[in-house]
Amino acid sequence: MQEKPLLSLRGLRKSFDTQEALNGLDLDVYKGEFLTLLGPSGCGKTTTLRIIAGLETPTEGKVYLEGEDITDLAPEKREVNTVFQNYALFPHMNVEKNIAYGLRMRKLDRKTIKQKVNEMLHLVQLEGYEKRMPSQLSGGQRQRVAIARSAVLEPKILLLDEPLGALDLQLRRQMQLELKRMQKQLGITFIYITHDQEEALNMSDRIALMRDGRFVQLASPYELYENPVSAFAASFIGETNLIEGTVSEINGDELLLDIGGKTVRANNKDWVQQGQKLCLCVRAERLRYRRQDPGHNCLHGKLVATHYTGSDRTSILELNTGQTVISRHTTEQEEKVNQGETVCVWWDIDKATVVIDDRDNAL
Amino acid sequence: MNEKNDKKQLLAVPMGLWAAAFVGLSLLYIIGLSLLTKGEGFSYSPPITLDNYLRLREKQYISSLLLSLRLAFYTTAISALVGYPFAYFISKASPKRRVWLLVMLIAPFWTNALIRIYGWKILFYANGPINTLLKSLGIIEKPLKLLYTEGAVLVGMVYGMLPFFVLPVYSSVERIDWSMVEASRDLGASPLKAFITVTIPMTSAGVMAGLVLTFIPSVGLFFISDLLGGSNTMLWGNLIQNELLKSHDMPFAAALSVVLLAMTAIVLFIYRRQGGEAESMVY
Amino acid sequence: MKKNTPLSKLYITFIMLLLYLPILVVVLFSFNSNTGRTASMIFTGFSTYWYKDLLNPITGFGTQLKCSLEVALWSVFIAAVLAILGAIGMVRRSMGKSLASKITYKAIGAGEQLAMLPMMIPELIMGISLMALFRLFKLPFGKTTLILSHITFCVPYILVTVKSRLVTLDPSLVEAARDLGASPFKAIITVTLPLVAPAILSGSLLAFAMSMDDFVISFFVSGAETTTLPLKIYSSVKVGVTPKVNAMCTLMLGFAFLVVGGGQLVSAYAERRKEMNN
Repeated sequence: MQEKPLLSLRGLRKSFDTQEALNGLDLDVYKGEFLTLLGPSGCGKTTTLRIIAGLETPTEGKVYLEGEDITDLAPEKREVNTVFQNYALFPHMNVEKNIAYGLRMRKLDRKTIKQKVNEMLHLVQLEGYEKRMPSQLSGGQRQRVAIARSAVLEPKILLLDEPLGALDLQLRRQMQLELKRMQKQLGITFIYITHDQEEALNMSDRIALMRDGRFVQLASPYELYENPVSAFAASFIGETNLIEGTVSEINGDELLLDIGGKTVRANNKDWVQQGQKLCLCVRAERLRYRRQDPGHNCLHGKLVATHYTGSDRTSILELNTGQTVISRHTTEQEEKVNQGETVCVWWDIDKATVVIDDRDNAL
Repeated sequence: MNEKNDKKQLLAVPMGLWAAAFVGLSLLYIIGLSLLTKGEGFSYSPPITLDNYLRLREKQYISSLLLSLRLAFYTTAISALVGYPFAYFISKASPKRRVWLLVMLIAPFWTNALIRIYGWKILFYANGPINTLLKSLGIIEKPLKLLYTEGAVLVGMVYGMLPFFVLPVYSSVERIDWSMVEASRDLGASPLKAFITVTIPMTSAGVMAGLVLTFIPSVGLFFISDLLGGSNTMLWGNLIQNELLKSHDMPFAAALSVVLLAMTAIVLFIYRRQGGEAESMVY
Repeated sequence: MKKNTPLSKLYITFIMLLLYLPILVVVLFSFNSNTGRTASMIFTGFSTYWYKDLLNPITGFGTQLKCSLEVALWSVFIAAVLAILGAIGMVRRSMGKSLASKITYKAIGAGEQLAMLPMMIPELIMGISLMALFRLFKLPFGKTTLILSHITFCVPYILVTVKSRLVTLDPSLVEAARDLGASPFKAIITVTLPLVAPAILSGSLLAFAMSMDDFVISFFVSGAETTTLPLKIYSSVKVGVTPKVNAMCTLMLGFAFLVVGGGQLVSAYAERRKEMNN
């Protein structure tokens, strides 16, 4: 992208007492983008968001909004608004007053406020709820009020801290679509926090995967799924088998991996070295098994169990190395295999990636 | 938000200064005062001496101290024994009834403490309601001497202190997660065992606060013994009051106060060491 | 959860009766028609003589009541300002890294500890030390010294009540206000204060009751000219003939039930309306 970034983080560090929350973050966010910060709890995503909002000051580093240094600017002076995790609706104000709060702080006249609030109520489909108190709303409705309250100020960036975390699965799916719709309609840049990979994949233009205060990978959902940079990235997104192996031979574009005495082929990566221990990442839906040996790229194992989950079937297999792997497939795809039977586990070479094994340095 | 909170805490400065002047300074001042010597009237002057403290070895002061501690101890013990079940039962009443029980418990606080004690004085008079009732029932022939006894003082003190024990215990019982008690029953505890092993430990914060709230004022009370004990029960508080108002001996009264302050400090120190918080003394 | 048994209900009733026994006696004797020296000992029949006596502008307690109210209102007002600011400042503060900010942090913490002390140490000690302090600075004993002392012991009650409410307050509410464009001051006015208002009210009411009821501290710091209601009650009670005091206590008790019970009814009504709206 050639355009100038809307928001830039440069060398952001944050330490609380003894603990490092952020370990040097660099990030550019572009106008109109839906960027998701994804990561397990404690990875520093909320801290990053709070620094952008101005609710937290970084120990080191800078925050730029449209090229301007806003690192030390008070939150009320930033054209950035937040939708808080628990909504933080003012319990002593009704829906209308909650939404009007920011406009009142800007000292707009009553008529303009009224008009903007009505527009917003229409957008979030809460007309007729003006006089309700937050305690009289359902979770989904509170959610909409929280978004309306921030969006009505037309911020340059809307920050959303796990806004769907408190909702049940069905409502969450519905709200995902709705949020995406609102973002398109408002044309506001969203920075969205979640620990739910499905949510991230569904909504984002780009995903920044975080761990221990660092970005592990910053990429589009497709790229993240197809080309994870490490075992952590691979395992955090999608259902993944990480099969441990050692590089026995590098052959141009191809690798030979030794997995428990059996050799399989894989595509080479530029960082791979001879004798290196790494993981082969095979997504569950791309791992197949059958009775007959296909002759190449297969590992032996036995079927431990099969679960039906409606349209899908999930099979749990134990490789001869002792490792357990999972295969997911439609009910018709696989031949019928009995429990305990010996099978060959195989996959398409181009559908598997080698990744660095970084699982041990988890906190 | 470190720097911002730093600034926000400056809002507490006026309160801190106020407390430094009227609590810190005044307490330091009586400690200093206790080392001086009485002069004419209310006056006092150097030299600095420990005489005021040495005087405390005299028999009347030691017996007064023992009496005060004994009564405070009894008051606390009785309040705890009577108050714990009371608080426990109140918190188990239905929500509607509970509110009214609390109102009834707190409402008398809005009337003067002296008057409530005075009610007992009326009851205890030689020809007052209790003696009249007992006589008309034929249980006694001569009126019992109730007023101006240690027992009367004890009744008054327990009466005055009971709510201070009940309220913190009540709020800690109310906060119990009853599923834990049920869990202990489920795991094989009898109702009594569950009560001893789960309920009581979970309310210990409230009990501790209640004990401290009852004991500390009990040691320093003087008007209850004044009204119900007459001159027969010289509690530590009465001594202080006498030294100040009758003998005008400020330094000695200060020394007596410092002793009381030291006892309070010890109790509070133990309370804090056990993890007690000042806040739970009100809630 | 197990409900109360008849036995435990009996226990509650018995203790409540004991709590109210002396009060009932006081109320009963306030209607005593006996106007002689034994008026507080022997009940001879009903009359409202003592109430008339109480409300009499000359023999009544009007002056003392006025004095008590004046002291209580001023004390609670000033104590509330100090304590509310204090509570807001004390909640969720954190220590900075520089030496100066560490010292400020510790000093303010110590200030709070001191402010809490009057609630924890015997009133007698507070009374005597304040008396000594006022003597040291040659402050004439009177309303001023009373108000200064009452502020000192009212602060912790309001502080504790307001602080415990602030602690449970979701910190993101204030952050949300800031985020939506409110200055720190505006955020306190529009969000924090309205939300802690009930706690401020109940803390102030508690402090007001404490001030109106205080005898021990007032005993040491009031001048010869200023007599608060409890001081007057003490001198009457010491002498022993007091149906007038009883009459006043009855009125105060009635007032207390009106305020506390009325408050309960109002909040119960509000809750029912809320339920109906849902």
